Amino acid sequence: MSETQTPTGEPGAASDDAPSTATAAANASPARATGRRSFLPRLTLLRHLLILVVGAALAVLLLESTELNTNIKLGNVAYLAVAAGGLTLLTGLSGQISLGHGALMAVGAYTTALMLDVERGDEPPSLFLVFLAAIAATTVVGALVGVAAARLHGPYLAGATLALAVGIPGLALYFSDTLGGEQGITVRPPERPEWFDNAVEQLSGASGRGLNDKWVAYIAVACLLVTYFFLANLMRSRMGRTWRAVRDQEVAAELAGISLGSWRVLAFVVSAAAAGLAGAVLAIVVQLAAPGSFLPVLSLSLLTAVVIGGLGSLTGALLGSALLVFLPPWLIDIGRDVFDMEEAQASQASFVVYGLLLVVTMLFAPAGLVGTVRLALLRRRAARATAAAGGR
Amino acid sequence: MAEPPHDRTTERPDRSPTARLEMSGIHVAFGGVTALEDVSLTVEPGQVHGLIGPNGAGKTTMFNVACGLVRPSSGRITWRGQELRRLRPAQLSKLGIARTLQGVALFPGMTVLENVMVGAHRHAKAGFFSALFAVPTADKDDERLRRRALDALAELDAVAYAERYPGSLPYPVQKRVALARALVAEPELLLLDEPASGLSEDEMHELGELIRVLCSRMSVLLVEHHMDLVMRVCDRITVLDSGKQIAVGTPEEIRADPAVTEAYLGDDVDVEADAAELSGGRHTAPAPAGTEEAPRG
Repeated sequence: MSETQTPTGEPGAASDDAPSTATAAANASPARATGRRSFLPRLTLLRHLLILVVGAALAVLLLESTELNTNIKLGNVAYLAVAAGGLTLLTGLSGQISLGHGALMAVGAYTTALMLDVERGDEPPSLFLVFLAAIAATTVVGALVGVAAARLHGPYLAGATLALAVGIPGLALYFSDTLGGEQGITVRPPERPEWFDNAVEQLSGASGRGLNDKWVAYIAVACLLVTYFFLANLMRSRMGRTWRAVRDQEVAAELAGISLGSWRVLAFVVSAAAAGLAGAVLAIVVQLAAPGSFLPVLSLSLLTAVVIGGLGSLTGALLGSALLVFLPPWLIDIGRDVFDMEEAQASQASFVVYGLLLVVTMLFAPAGLVGTVRLALLRRRAARATAAAGGR
Repeated sequence: MAEPPHDRTTERPDRSPTARLEMSGIHVAFGGVTALEDVSLTVEPGQVHGLIGPNGAGKTTMFNVACGLVRPSSGRITWRGQELRRLRPAQLSKLGIARTLQGVALFPGMTVLENVMVGAHRHAKAGFFSALFAVPTADKDDERLRRRALDALAELDAVAYAERYPGSLPYPVQKRVALARALVAEPELLLLDEPASGLSEDEMHELGELIRVLCSRMSVLLVEHHMDLVMRVCDRITVLDSGKQIAVGTPEEIRADPAVTEAYLGDDVDVEADAAELSGGRHTAPAPAGTEEAPRG
């Protein structure tokens, strides 16, 4: 009350303008006191629709300018990123950890597979309905897990969700009559509409057998864009802020009237819905739902992607997922071409290098890729502000 | 944007508080240790009620009972004719009760403005699905909360810090932000836990004036070490010693009460020195055990 009203002008204070914890570094604060200049509209709907359209245009450009092989990989990136987006909301915003998202993906994938089983002769339901069913089924499972999870903290929650990751794929072996056992269920590829062939013909002139894979890649990317649109809406809204309050200070959040348990469960449900869609897309992309696709290592990879990208950031989740898909083959190529290793050797070495990269990133950029960039920007802005204040 | 900056007054023209907090016969025991024994306390509408006593007298426990962080083993807590004993802390805010914590307990990952906006949680209207589909009314609702938060910050002279992160701010500013976060909920009862700790003489004086302004629209329960502040702002004071209530009355009555003097002097505790230590050295000291980690049922 007696201090000066301008923020402190000493140069040393510049770096303090960033959030003090790495956890919060990657998710931007949407609430602005002053109308800062921005080329994006302030209204959330317009802002995110604009980003959605630009994202869609970039995606078409990317899919049409790369080869079929890369198209398939981009499809993989898309479903991983859908799950990682949900996980980054859960872990980055509401502060709960989950090592069981792979299992939730399995629920979505098996729901899809049961509805699109190749051995069923009748007309398959529309893909939209299938996706909705997969999301609904996973949401129910997610709500059950979420209710249990809201009572657990840190390592206990990690342990419980890990048990889920280990246990749920095992169900496929137990109910092998309906769920296909070790072999899993083969998924009927989705029907490709004619307009798609024509459009692709126009855009890049591609045609022939690969078009089906391309169509699937497009479906995956579309799911990614829609999911991120919804997740971004939530994160920018009061929901996101409330989750961050629950994460940062339980007692203070509770005194503000936030019921910790219900908000934690809500975060779990949203993130499970994303995982369910991710599983459904996975089933379409690989045309198979089998226990081997949902080993605990999938859950761990998702968490890795989210942390490397920057907790709480959708861009980070997307970057992290892209790294998961593109980094290992790239490392194998380097091993083979530069170091003259054999294929198997290079593949083994790539795991080591990958692990080392993760460790190094966490040591030097604990806020993740996006978080580190954002912290640097905030510091620069603060430094510029102090410089301007000093020059007056 | 369309709303006038001070729309709060138009929403509720008559803001004089009418509700009374009554706590009677409160017993609290932690394990075998009795922390509070048959303590009663009434906060009259629009009054500032002080809760004082030597260290370990049970002030903070009583305070935590009032806001649901500690459940008493027996006794009644009534607010607007409603029994509060079975409530959880998250439900208090809906009833118009807000409190500040002894440590400032701000959300480190959010800007000051967002911190205060969280405090306005109970005034939010937009629900989950309007947020999911980014319906423009959700934006408008959030804009409303933002204005409320800026108003609350303005009342505490803290608007300049709106976009900063709390970790970078001096302790007295953090305390103001924490107070703004409680005020933005527009409570009818404000529970203040040691609001003057870590403040300078001048700041404490301003805080006293602020509390007198606040009590025109809410009742205040104040736990405080600084005797001069308590004597200056309180309408009535309850004195606790070793979990028992030893005196209730106006500041003049309390000052003249021999039992109070004895409790303070007989305890070998120099009140002034105690107060000086609290206000001086510990600028970012964590809250003593009992506030943050209070056992909850």
